Amino acid sequence: MTIPNTPGERTLAVVSAGLSQPSSTRLLADRLADATVRELEDLGHTVRVETVELRDVAHAVVDAMLTRFPTGDLARALEHVTGADGLIAVSPVFTTSYSGLFKSFWDVVDPDSLTGMPVLLGATGGTARHSLALEYAMRPLFTYLRADVVPTSVFAATDDWAASADDPAAGLPRRIGRAGRELAQRVDRSRNAGPVDPFAATPSFTELLGGS
Amino acid sequence: MQFGIFSVSDVTTDPTTGRTPDDTERVRNMLTIARHADEAGLDVFATGEHHNPPFVASSPTTMLGYLAGVTKHITLSTATTLITTNDPVRLAEEYAMLQVISDGRMDLMMGRGNTGPVYPWFGQDIRQGIPLAVENYALLRRLWTEDVVDWEGKFRTPLQGFTSTPRPLDGVPPFVWHGSIRSPEIAEQAAFYGDGFLHNNIFWPMHHTRQMVRFYRQRFEHYGHGRADQAIVGLGGQVFMRKRSQDAWNEFRPYFDEAPVYGHGPSMEDFTRETPLTVGSPQQVIDRYASFVDEVGYYQRQLFLLDHAGLPLKTVLEQIDLLAEDVVPELRKIVEAKRPADDVPLNPPTHAERVAAARAAGEAGATHVGDTSDPYTGTVAEGTRPAAPATAQQEARA
Repeated sequence: MTIPNTPGERTLAVVSAGLSQPSSTRLLADRLADATVRELEDLGHTVRVETVELRDVAHAVVDAMLTRFPTGDLARALEHVTGADGLIAVSPVFTTSYSGLFKSFWDVVDPDSLTGMPVLLGATGGTARHSLALEYAMRPLFTYLRADVVPTSVFAATDDWAASADDPAAGLPRRIGRAGRELAQRVDRSRNAGPVDPFAATPSFTELLGGS
Repeated sequence: MQFGIFSVSDVTTDPTTGRTPDDTERVRNMLTIARHADEAGLDVFATGEHHNPPFVASSPTTMLGYLAGVTKHITLSTATTLITTNDPVRLAEEYAMLQVISDGRMDLMMGRGNTGPVYPWFGQDIRQGIPLAVENYALLRRLWTEDVVDWEGKFRTPLQGFTSTPRPLDGVPPFVWHGSIRSPEIAEQAAFYGDGFLHNNIFWPMHHTRQMVRFYRQRFEHYGHGRADQAIVGLGGQVFMRKRSQDAWNEFRPYFDEAPVYGHGPSMEDFTRETPLTVGSPQQVIDRYASFVDEVGYYQRQLFLLDHAGLPLKTVLEQIDLLAEDVVPELRKIVEAKRPADDVPLNPPTHAERVAAARAAGEAGATHVGDTSDPYTGTVAEGTRPAAPATAQQEARA
């Protein structure tokens, strides 16, 4: 899935599962994207960012679960996500975990399409008491998908948006910066080679007959 | 091009009346529908095969055998026959029997089945779906084309000296289609054998169908069965018609909204845009379905799903009449005019055509494998061998 580094264009997909507008989840997602883009540009890349607001494709996500094929904007969103060189995924924490819409979206993504993809995780919530949802819920989801999740994941509680950048207890900008750096380093080294062509990958019938 | 109907045999509550037919009524309705399709002049009736409620079509050859006796012209087929969970030996026997009974007025379509629990109920594993389809079909073909089969595989008891009876009609097996929605391996299988490939696209966008059919056509040519445009292709379809488009929309919407597969999901507006489902006037159906030839090339069989989602029998019979009278004659004229060359088959091969081709190639098989063939294979029961003394005894008695 990955090919050696050459400086050039990189694409970054940003998936935000915030429901309100404006949403602090989207705000965090944009901050994480900005930090990553800055780092990548320092490494000599030009970066294209494709942001997917799950709220905009929420009905289509449920339709796809029922009909098993994605339509319209959702089909395009899936292409952006699975074709990206790096991914930022951010969800609000609802009832101890990522939102149901966030999970449903990953349920309609081809489970093999994120293998090896550099991923940065973020979450938002009312208080920092929910921050470990990133580690016990979101990270295992992407581990299952065999994504390359960066060590730093970023939780933003309501208070974080008002804390001083120097406050060692909060330090949201610092954590965003570190996480963006970690994602950029991985995206710098790899490129998405695109989806496997199911037709090219089909074994010939003599191979099928020979036992598989 | 052939035009016909296929049924999944679902027992579904009519959402407008709350009435649910019982299994007996549903089976009898299917028989009525098939006979009506024959009388209306449609070309094909195909039944599904299912082994779980709410579906009733568990025994396709029983149903098709009866229909062979009470219909005159319609080709009887399946959509699909489970090549994974059925014993290929039983398939060879049952469909050769149907072929004989129907005097060749049948073909069949292989499918894997996508209902997980059906596999273990029949002693199989859905994760082995493709290998099962490959091995079972390879055996089925041998049972039809070779008089005495010695065979050993991974999924069933070995066979030594086995003869499937009755031998195929005129020594030529039924024409076989392979149906698959998502698996290129099955398109590859159809291409390898030069069989037909039907993409049941009723729940899928056309760009996906186009890719699968293109792949099958390329592989058909690769395996030397003819040019890509000569491969035998079928498509699924789904329509609801009334003379006035708005009447069709109003009448069908409650059935759509509650339908087992897509109900409570996408809107009818979205679904009719994204899939071949067409709700409207016969002319709108003609316009939509005439365009499919432009997507996948000229193809030989178009099947429609008409009886489903709790639609009452009377409505289904009206749909058959609309299809046969107001759609098919005009649609056929348009699409057949788009056939790229005279040597692109107009229709799937009939039994008579297959017999003529097999005889020309010297490939027609035996129509009987009996006691004179080979006394050493063990295919003949002790008591009937040898033949000559038995005849002598009969003569003596006479």
